[in-house]
Amino acid sequence: MKRYFHHELEDLRKHLILMGERSIDAVRLSMQALLADDVSMAGQVIALDDEIDRLEVLIDAECVRYITLRQPVAHDVRLMTVAMKANHELERAGDEATSIAKRARRLAEFGKVDDFYNIPRMGELALEQLRDAMDAFIAEDVEKALLVPRRDKEVDDLNRENYVKFTDKISAHSESSHATIELIFISKSLERIADHATNIAEEVVYLLKGEDVRHTQEVRRTAM
Amino acid sequence: MNSVITHKPFMSDPAKPAAESISTPVVSAPASASAANAAQPAAKEEIAFDIQDLSIFYGSHQAIKNVTIQIPSGSVTAIIGPSGCGKSTALRALNRMHELTPGARHTGKILMKGQDLYGPGVDATVVRRRVGMVFQKSNPFPTLSIAENVLVGLRLNGVRDKAFLNKRLEESLRMAALWDEVKDFLNRPGTGLSGGQQQRLCIARALAVRPEILLMDEPCSALDPIATAKVEELIHALKAQYTVVIVTHNMQQAARVSEKTAFFYMGKLIEYGPTEQIFMNPKDPQTEAYVSGRFG
Repeated sequence: MKRYFHHELEDLRKHLILMGERSIDAVRLSMQALLADDVSMAGQVIALDDEIDRLEVLIDAECVRYITLRQPVAHDVRLMTVAMKANHELERAGDEATSIAKRARRLAEFGKVDDFYNIPRMGELALEQLRDAMDAFIAEDVEKALLVPRRDKEVDDLNRENYVKFTDKISAHSESSHATIELIFISKSLERIADHATNIAEEVVYLLKGEDVRHTQEVRRTAM
Repeated sequence: MNSVITHKPFMSDPAKPAAESISTPVVSAPASASAANAAQPAAKEEIAFDIQDLSIFYGSHQAIKNVTIQIPSGSVTAIIGPSGCGKSTALRALNRMHELTPGARHTGKILMKGQDLYGPGVDATVVRRRVGMVFQKSNPFPTLSIAENVLVGLRLNGVRDKAFLNKRLEESLRMAALWDEVKDFLNRPGTGLSGGQQQRLCIARALAVRPEILLMDEPCSALDPIATAKVEELIHALKAQYTVVIVTHNMQQAARVSEKTAFFYMGKLIEYGPTEQIFMNPKDPQTEAYVSGRFG
């Protein structure tokens, strides 16, 4: 029996999906700003971040209201907790994208970057992870959700390689150290975005199965 | 919606002088300024009940203490509070049912759409027609069929037109979300229905005389969860056309169905406001204690 307030659940899902789309757009545009040297994209990323922040506040308010007034249980209460956690992860992903965009603007002042090393590949993977986590939520696909944390190691490994290469570069070419430091931070931001995607995917598993798979064998990630 | 009733004073006893009929003015009296917890409605909100410094006594016992509250039209207002707090007494005062208790008296005023319910010459029967009531225990008349239960109010008021009665019967049962379940055996006894159906039958009976306001005194306390959900859905649908005031000891129900909630304790109105605010961020510590289950 569908109750008259169940449309509020559908509204919540829509807002969460929209927030996911905006976060993915923000990451994509920030990578464009960086790799295509198109700093005009940075302004778009910042505008998207404002929208992402507003959605975070809205979704939290919707969840608290629904929990208070509708007393959800089972799947519905899991949806509330997952929505509140996932929207925080998406908001942080948006912040990381903004950070990348701002660093891209600063990098442009130092001239063209000669080698991004693993950054382009990390950008592709981070976007893929975010998309897959959101797709798993939309499609209610547990298997798709479980693949996301299992791929996180690749992003972590690429970030570690970057760190070694970039620190070597600083030692060898101190004149470009400011630019190289920005690249280290960008690499870290992409690694964090992939972590946020992993966290969202784990929440999706909890939503669909009622099982908390964080820190378990099922989704084990390599320790730093 | 056609209303044969409003054009005829047939609710009054012919032996008595014609009662002052309660018309439907649009201007309501301002709320008393003395009650700190009286909520001030939005400027354009129409007021169904303007209760001013109301106290109700049963003999020497004061059951309601200086309550001032404005209940908006076209919405659901819930009254919550622990047992004995006076919520049912307050509800029953809104259609003068409390007068049926020997020794009952009151001070203060209750204005319904601007007119004093207890004004000189006001017929309580007329009041109870305009302000219908549904009780905790469903009470279909045991000797009457489903159809007769719904139409008893109209028949008692002299309505005989068969076509009109049949139309009103179907409309009322549809409004009570019961028509599809009973349309093929309207002549069966009303008491033959399930508990939830009986309660919806009583709602249909109340609606058949086209009240403006519906009072509900713990209408779901005797019902199972599915029947409760059906009644709640019905309440949600009814508020488009009616003002509903519901007393419930089920706080979760109050949170689900109402726009505004009034918390009573020991005869006093402790806090009144939007339901969302009462349950998410109550202003009074007693309200917080009650809604979070820390009372007692």
